[in-house]
Amino acid sequence: MKTTIIPLGPQHPVLPEPLSFDLVLDNERVIEAIPSIGFIHRGLELLAPKRDFEEFVMIAERICGICSFMHGMGYCSAVEDVMALPVPRRALQLRVILAELSRVHSHLLWLGLAADAFGFENLFMQTWRLREDVLDIFEETTGGRVIFNIVKVGGMRKDVDDATLARIAAKLESIKPQLKQITDVFLNDYTVRNRLAGLAVLSGAQARELCVVGPMLRASGVAEDQRTRSPMYAGLDWEVVTEPDGDCYSRCRVRVREIFQSINLISQVAGKMAADGVAVKAAGAPNGEAFFRAEQPRGEVVYYVRGNGTRFLERFRVRTPTFANVPAVIKLLKGVELADVPTIILTIDPCISCMER
Amino acid sequence: MTIASMIPAALANLFRKPATRLYPFTVREPFTRTRGSITMREAECIFCGICQAKCPSKAIAVVRAAKTWQVDQLRCLACMRCVEVCPKKCIEARSDRPAPYGSDRAGSIEKKTAPAAPPPAPAQP
Repeated sequence: MKTTIIPLGPQHPVLPEPLSFDLVLDNERVIEAIPSIGFIHRGLELLAPKRDFEEFVMIAERICGICSFMHGMGYCSAVEDVMALPVPRRALQLRVILAELSRVHSHLLWLGLAADAFGFENLFMQTWRLREDVLDIFEETTGGRVIFNIVKVGGMRKDVDDATLARIAAKLESIKPQLKQITDVFLNDYTVRNRLAGLAVLSGAQARELCVVGPMLRASGVAEDQRTRSPMYAGLDWEVVTEPDGDCYSRCRVRVREIFQSINLISQVAGKMAADGVAVKAAGAPNGEAFFRAEQPRGEVVYYVRGNGTRFLERFRVRTPTFANVPAVIKLLKGVELADVPTIILTIDPCISCMER
Repeated sequence: MTIASMIPAALANLFRKPATRLYPFTVREPFTRTRGSITMREAECIFCGICQAKCPSKAIAVVRAAKTWQVDQLRCLACMRCVEVCPKKCIEARSDRPAPYGSDRAGSIEKKTAPAAPPPAPAQP
């Protein structure tokens, strides 16, 4: 059998970030996909022992631009666990609101990129226009569109008052009709469905075996979400979004449904904010180690922090969702047509900055 | 399943004003909380160097002997950590962003020196 090897990436119109696959092809069909990573490794984890643990939040946030808040929050939560800090409830609630807003904007970003990947330019622009409203909320409340810098060890740097939170919830409610109009296209349009349905099916058992996380796992019918383990989500009315089919279309549906669910969660939390301050002083230095798991828009992320009683951490480590999902994409790419490859890679919502740090 | 469900939205867009601004001719006012850049009031500064030690990106350089303080606006993350830790509260957060710099980066460095001490008051007779 005569095979051809085509390199896809690290520069490719559909890839927002550098990820490279060597695709071994038999005619138009992929036989094997060999990934190579490491194009944007920045060594951020190694900076942890060189920066004060309070200043390292700014670096942790810069692991990735899309999940920046989650990275800051995860790092701070892990350090707070080590130091056993009594973080005020209001700070934790604000973190939930910003985390869910991050999910809304990340999923909108993904929907736009997906539309762009399957050649629906108009839909891409409409989706990103709605995302702009969410970014404005970020800039108004935190001071940044991408890097928020609002979370710190012990709580939050800034408070967001109840009136602003109510306004944010109302704003999100007001963009729901436009959002519905856009997501209906993703869910019902003939062209989108024909492009995605039945493509790259990953069964629940396979997903478990490959340790897939996040919307990718939930699209295979497995109800696994780290938010179910968080006490902050315990009293809220929500349930894990799952879809049974495991194809690209299911992954799209999961993300669409999660956008509406996140808006709903924000309204719920904004309605019952505690009033016990937003931060406690992080006195002393972390001594000991802790793991913290959170549900990023892309899936489960694990933070590990080890302190040695000084202001400088001994080790900081992140296991990011993209890293967990890449083995699944290698499996999914076997046997598909070359034209479907970019769409399939995109459905894991790859974030290479996170993965390589 | 619908066909061409995007057409109503596309038609509506034809009669709507653009969603984008014609930057740089139209610039949106920054929000009050927008983290743009930092500036320092040199008259109040004691050149203690705490901001330099706390800066995560090492953008601030303080020379206590020469009484100079400088920030490299291109290195600055606008994280406002220096604003939090300044004992004299003389570093100020600004919501407007610094203007673009030339390729030599020379314009990105903002240097402040302590103002000369006022001349001693003439002795009273």
